[in-house]
This record gives sequence, C-alpha cells and structure tokens, in this order.
Amino acid sequence: MLETSPEVGNEVGQTAGVATPERDIARDLAKRAVWVSPLFLAVGAIGWGSAGLASAAVALALVAVNFLLGAAIITRAVRISLNALFGAVLFGYIARLGLMTAVVLVVRTGGWFATVPFAITLLVTHLGLLVWESTRVSVSLAFPGLKPAPASQVTPEENHSK
Amino acid sequence: MLNVLAQTAAGEVVEGLKAIGAGLGYGLAAIGPGIGIGIVVGNAISAMARQPESAGMARTTMFLGIAFTEALALIGFVVFILLLP
Repeated sequence: MLETSPEVGNEVGQTAGVATPERDIARDLAKRAVWVSPLFLAVGAIGWGSAGLASAAVALALVAVNFLLGAAIITRAVRISLNALFGAVLFGYIARLGLMTAVVLVVRTGGWFATVPFAITLLVTHLGLLVWESTRVSVSLAFPGLKPAPASQVTPEENHSK
Repeated sequence: MLNVLAQTAAGEVVEGLKAIGAGLGYGLAAIGPGIGIGIVVGNAISAMARQPESAGMARTTMFLGIAFTEALALIGFVVFILLLP
C-alpha cells in the first residue's frame, strides 16, 4: 500500500497524510531490478566470466540506488517548498551523475571490471524498468501512485481493515 | 631511438586526446537532459501550483519523466566509460 508522510506541509497545497508516489515507484523499480537481476548476472557471467558477473551486479546496484536516491530527494524537497523541489531535483541530477561517475572510476581501477556488460546492464535495466513501470502507474487522481491491486486479490478482511 | 620516442609520445597524445574527448562528450551529453529535467520539473511545479489536488499525479509523472530524461545522460555516461583510456 501507499505510505504516507504525515509531516508533509501545505506549501504546495497538500494536506497532511498525502501519499509519496515517487517513493512507491522507486521501491517498485528496485524490487523489479531484483527480479530481473538473475538474467543480467547470467548474461554477464556467461559472456565475460566473473568480471562480467561483478560488473553487471555493480550496474544493477547503481540503477536501483539511482532511482531510490532520486525519489528520496524529491520526497524530502517537497516537504520544504516548490522552489526547494526545483533546486533539489536539478542539483540532485548532477550529484547522482557525479556519484555514478565516482563509483565507476573507483571500480574500474580493479582488474575485475568489464565495461561492456556494465554498459549493457546499466542502459537496458534503466530503460527497461522504466518502460515496465510505466504500465503499472495509475493515472487516477484518487490513487496517485501505483495501480491498486485488482479487487479479486483483496480479501474482504483486508478491505475492511483499510 | 628517435623513432621509438616519437611513437611513445604519439601514443600518449592519443590517450590524452581520448580522455579529453570522453570528458567533453560526457559534459555535452549531460546538458540536454539537464534542460529536459528543468522543463519537466518546471511544468510539474506549475501543475501542482494550479491544481494542488492533483499534486500526487504530477509528482508521479514528474518522477518518471525525470528518469526517462536521465536515460539520455546515461548514454553519455556509457560512452564516457567506453572512451576512457
């Protein structure tokens, strides 16, 4: 279910207890990254050996951390103001790119880093997860994050407890 | 002897030019997504200010828009690490 942020202010016209859709989406993306990780790890291991396996793992971790960090920045900034949101997103973009660059520059000094499986995993996972996630996002104003589960999957007791 | 020195120097120059090209390419590739993210966030903020009740949907769309735009920068990042000597 959607989590709420009770301390959300009304700077952007929001009331207390509003949902944090970007956090839900980022967590869902990270969860899906875990689901698809065996495929990329296997491709890396088969094609490039242990170096490919490790490089694909680093790429998968970077993609998941990138999504989670981006969502965390937005969630924190929205609590402050719209101006803070604008600044945080743009500086967060630079900071996240810098973080990724720093991680890769450090990691590639080790002898086990393979560039090609890293690049393939990074790009395909990032874009693939986003496309996959786009089919799972609600456009309903009443449910601003992920699509709600079908009614048939919710038991009456669960429904009543909501 | 001079021939060997010249070849070594040429190799180092090529490596240096590769590094400069990689850095320049990465920087240039990051400009477009930066502008794109600015447009996405600006419009999302405008939507949230006009219709606060739809802020959740605007934030959802904004987050996905930012992530899609960032993929362009990731392509530049990948080219950067492929070009690095």
